[in-house]
Amino acid sequence: MENKKSIFAKMKEGLAKTRSNIMSRVDELINYYKEIDDEFFDDLEETLIISDMGVRTANDIIESLKKQVREDKIGDAARIKNMLKEKIAHILSEGSKGFELNSPAVILVVGVNGVGKTTTIGKLASLLKAEEKRVIVAAADTFRAAAAEQLEIWCNRAGVPLIRHMEGADPGAVVFDAIQAAKSRKMDVLICDTAGRLHNKKNLMNELDKINRIIDREMPEASKEVLLVIDATTGQNAISQATEFNEVVGITGIVLTKLDGTAKGGIAVAIKAQLDLPIYFVGVGEQMDDLQPFDPKSFSDALLE
Amino acid sequence: MAFEGLSEKLQSAFKKLTGKGKLNEKDVKEAMRDVRIALLEADVNFIVVKDLVKRITDRAVGHEIMESLTPGQQVIKIVKEELTALMGGTQSKLVIASKPPTIIMLAGLQGAGKTTHAGKLALYLKKQGRKPLLVACDIYRPAAKKQLQVVGEKVDTHVFVMDQADPVVIASKALDYARENLHDVVIIDTAGRLHINEELMDELKAIKAAVKPHEILLVVDAMTGQDAVNVAKAFNEQLGIDGMILTKFDGDTRGGAALSAKAVTGKPIKFAGIGEKLDDLEVFHPDRMASRILGMGDVLTIIEKAQASIDLKKAQEMEKKLRTQTFTLDDYLEQLEQLQKMGSISDLLSMIPGMSSKKLGGLKIDEKQIPRTQAIIRSMTRQERLDPSIINASRRKRIAAGSGTRIQDVNQLLKSYEELKKLMKQMTGGKGMKRGKFRLPFM
Repeated sequence: MENKKSIFAKMKEGLAKTRSNIMSRVDELINYYKEIDDEFFDDLEETLIISDMGVRTANDIIESLKKQVREDKIGDAARIKNMLKEKIAHILSEGSKGFELNSPAVILVVGVNGVGKTTTIGKLASLLKAEEKRVIVAAADTFRAAAAEQLEIWCNRAGVPLIRHMEGADPGAVVFDAIQAAKSRKMDVLICDTAGRLHNKKNLMNELDKINRIIDREMPEASKEVLLVIDATTGQNAISQATEFNEVVGITGIVLTKLDGTAKGGIAVAIKAQLDLPIYFVGVGEQMDDLQPFDPKSFSDALLE
Repeated sequence: MAFEGLSEKLQSAFKKLTGKGKLNEKDVKEAMRDVRIALLEADVNFIVVKDLVKRITDRAVGHEIMESLTPGQQVIKIVKEELTALMGGTQSKLVIASKPPTIIMLAGLQGAGKTTHAGKLALYLKKQGRKPLLVACDIYRPAAKKQLQVVGEKVDTHVFVMDQADPVVIASKALDYARENLHDVVIIDTAGRLHINEELMDELKAIKAAVKPHEILLVVDAMTGQDAVNVAKAFNEQLGIDGMILTKFDGDTRGGAALSAKAVTGKPIKFAGIGEKLDDLEVFHPDRMASRILGMGDVLTIIEKAQASIDLKKAQEMEKKLRTQTFTLDDYLEQLEQLQKMGSISDLLSMIPGMSSKKLGGLKIDEKQIPRTQAIIRSMTRQERLDPSIINASRRKRIAAGSGTRIQDVNQLLKSYEELKKLMKQMTGGKGMKRGKFRLPFM
């Protein structure tokens, strides 16, 4: 396909639209106002809301910005940009740690429909394989038509084995089989795909709980990561998704996909600020290597530079 | 239920108004501040919110006073009208070509639900007596073709596929196929992309030019944030869309995208996807949706569901049985079956005015209760169904074992049946219904 680009360049490119959207407005405001007053802050808050940061998070950021402006007696609107950047970077980086796996490990990938779980798993498998890890994948999305076929194509590309059953099979049984296979083949990492489910469907969430319990029971020695995949174009509903999934399966981290779209991805800030869930990876394209570790600093830089 | 979060927030904003006898500008402004936040939190596009709040404020302050309403109710009425107008006013029907086949093309971002909704649309059209053809033009996503084939099989609709072909060629060939095989509707599933790029638009434009669709429907994920308007705008400006299908509407999303997309494109929302099953597709009614948002309920949809699933003749027979008090457990079974056809109980409840998940509170509707009740009745002999008084302890034990339930469940069913009969007696005896005593047997 295209010539290889550096990780940072890709992410910057992915976030280019995001950036131009937010920053052109912020720059516009700064040029327009010159002086800082309440109206300026109101407009700035709206700008953050447009990025899907949500009313509450935007309000918190603006309030803390206001406070700092008052305390430091800042009268120059142009300085606001850097302060805003720092604040967002701070929220994103607070207490964050990278994604590290011990061996053996189980990664359970969950999320609502259509966020890109299967694609993320394909990319994640190839990422881990590049780190010399022995990876096996379980196709526990037995609901969506042809989900296992899609995963199989990704696994072939990544060159990792896949455990699958028939469509409509019990996803718990698939996971059980995959765990046995992972154990006997001495795999380092087992990645479990699950069917997309809306977080307010009780029965489907119970099913997820069951899968989770099977993992805990059959592989208590494994380090477990539960990754919630969130589509960057999602609005405030992402908070509700994260809350509900967290309650049922205990989310350990977030994968933010489709960041190369036109969406502004501000929801990542809201999720971190309100739920304190770390963002581990970002999906920035359709290629195999387009899954990048999340770097709070370059993310907020790219978002606001 | 979509919009629920929004409706609760709006209701609490209005609560402050409803008690007031007279409204001044300050009251309205304050309520509108809450309305603004509620709408923004619901992902309604920020420009749309600004516009809407301004219009509501203008209308609410000073103007349009009706005597029969309190000022608070007046504001709610204005909000409802504005919301309805925002979502498109009246229901917008699918265009059916005068000369078949009608060509429908679906477009949208990745993961919006195009393939699933192609299937849902096919089923919807089949139910209207049409013979749809599904066309797989997504040649990029791994297994997309396979997914459409599986979906097509489930809704018993032929799926047109071609290997190794350009989407434009596939679409044109599919049209020829449809004409030859007398399919009167052609539904074209296209590839989604992560974002709107020229490559995708060019391909869609080429398909459009080749097959000249009667309807281009944009499939939009109801959970999308502020970006929804950009997507809808881009597709509309570059491709030209005729309407939208809103998907994943059964989540707890507040669905602000629904409000905004129509406002910026001027193109109506025609359908809403409301569940995992392939018959979970609803025609979108802006006015009813506005009522639901404001917590006013959606009685019309309940009535329609009832009309669609209840057989009039059977209902008359039933009424006669009730009057003559010959209502047996067999009749009860039949009633339950009809109720089941109307959809899930919690869906129905959520449409009742004044009902919201908060009001239903901890009440978790057990959707399995009806099948369980049916199993119990089906485990009875004919004689037992006609005369439940003969059901003694040993029969109860057998029925419980036969239906896989507990004896308590059997007891409870018999008790509610007796209560129901008593109630019928009261009603037909003209004594009227005593409140509070009666419990629906399936709850």
